[in-house]
Amino acid sequence: MLAGSQNRVQCTEIVLFGVNVAMSWAAVQGWFHKLASPPHFYVTAGRWVPWLGASTVVLLAVGLGWSLFIAPLDQYQGASTRIMYLHVPAAWMSIFVYLVMAGSAAVGLVWRMRLAEVIAASSAPLGAWFTFLALATGSLWGKPMWGTWWVWDARLTSELLLLFLYLGFMALQAAIPDRRAGARASALLALVGVVNIPIIHFSVVWWNTLHQPSSILRLGKPTIHPSILWPLLVMAIAFKLYYMTVVLLRARCALLERERSSAWVQQIVTEQIALCHPLR
Amino acid sequence: MIVDPQTSPRLGRALRTVLVRDLTLALRRRGELANPLVFFVVVVTMFPLGLGPEVDLLARIAPGILWVAALLAALLSLEAMFHPDYQDGSLEQLLLTPHPLAVLVIAKVFAHWLTTGLPLLVLAPLLGVLLQLPESATGVLVISLALGTPTLSFIGAIAVALTVGLRRGGVLLSLLTLPLYVPVLIFGAGAVDSAAGGLSVVAHLSFLATLLILAISLAPWAIAAALRISLE
Repeated sequence: MLAGSQNRVQCTEIVLFGVNVAMSWAAVQGWFHKLASPPHFYVTAGRWVPWLGASTVVLLAVGLGWSLFIAPLDQYQGASTRIMYLHVPAAWMSIFVYLVMAGSAAVGLVWRMRLAEVIAASSAPLGAWFTFLALATGSLWGKPMWGTWWVWDARLTSELLLLFLYLGFMALQAAIPDRRAGARASALLALVGVVNIPIIHFSVVWWNTLHQPSSILRLGKPTIHPSILWPLLVMAIAFKLYYMTVVLLRARCALLERERSSAWVQQIVTEQIALCHPLR
Repeated sequence: MIVDPQTSPRLGRALRTVLVRDLTLALRRRGELANPLVFFVVVVTMFPLGLGPEVDLLARIAPGILWVAALLAALLSLEAMFHPDYQDGSLEQLLLTPHPLAVLVIAKVFAHWLTTGLPLLVLAPLLGVLLQLPESATGVLVISLALGTPTLSFIGAIAVALTVGLRRGGVLLSLLTLPLYVPVLIFGAGAVDSAAGGLSVVAHLSFLATLLILAISLAPWAIAAALRISLE
């Protein structure tokens, strides 16, 4: 008798749990579908942008102050280590943005979601700039450290190839007149790139170890001291927030442009005109 | 689409038909067939003229020159893979057959390699002699090209399929393709370099073979998807 009621309780619990999961899954799906609708995204992103932008500015100020004035100097490298606080987050972002771009491109390719295509297209120039920034700061750091602007170091070389992949993505997208066909073609290219990036990276590492052993000077200590790690992390988060802010801004702008003939854009334009010229 | 087994040819026959058709077409346009080869020879000739005729220097950089020239020759011939078919409409017919497109494109890529990659293998030893490549490395040069150039055709086919509908796809094609060619270049030139230096080449050749297997198994899906996107 007791065992039976226990069983029933268990059954009910399982059923309730299942209903819960189903409901939250439905909620997630609903949220996803809602967010994927361009007008809803436009409004939501517009609400997020000021907060994201403000926290970017605060974190960037804190991170720059900390890393440029407070963080200790390396015993051997002197003040030129400080460029690391820009170089390393930029290099991290160059890979991170490519993954975000390829991920959203894949979502756009599979579910034909316009918002995902817009996010991928808006991410590409940002990722390319982060890659360029990583290359430029690496080169500036290389001059005092290695005595030359450019070294065919494995990381620099694969970073350069990553820049080419970004440029190819943008060039393909720009070359196809139909926006959506361009988005699908470049999405496929981004996915091919994701498969190839590890192969390219490891082949470059292999090539580099064959051709020029031990010309590389990395941070002297095997582990990073917290006094260097913390400002570095703050800078990394600031870079991520910057990316989120700008990608949302760019995506909003791109949505307005791509959907300019739709009713919701027309409505926004009319409202804006009414705001700017109240007398008309 | 319902396939009637009586009327529709089996996959093997379809593959053979595509292969024979592409080979026949290529052999009828012999002038175009020779172009990448002439390009290969001319590019290789430019290097001694630019760098000077010292034997030691040429022997040192011959593997890299030969491989980069092969890369560029492969790039130059890529557009012929899908572009003529796109213009005369037979590419659309290929998409409409009941057979899996990803399998059919393997026949197309293979036909392309037979007409552009294979002649490079024959020509490369001669150019190796011109560049003072040690004789011990000649065999490895041919083997590395045999393993590497099919991979170049497969990777390049993805980019051609993506740009086939565009009017000026040529420059774009090099931007899309060359970064993806880097691993093949590294291991191909590395193998010849090691052979010239008297080192073991097993690792390099194994990597080239791995890349080829990866390309054969993954690239056809990407090529098929790219063709569908381009012809949508």
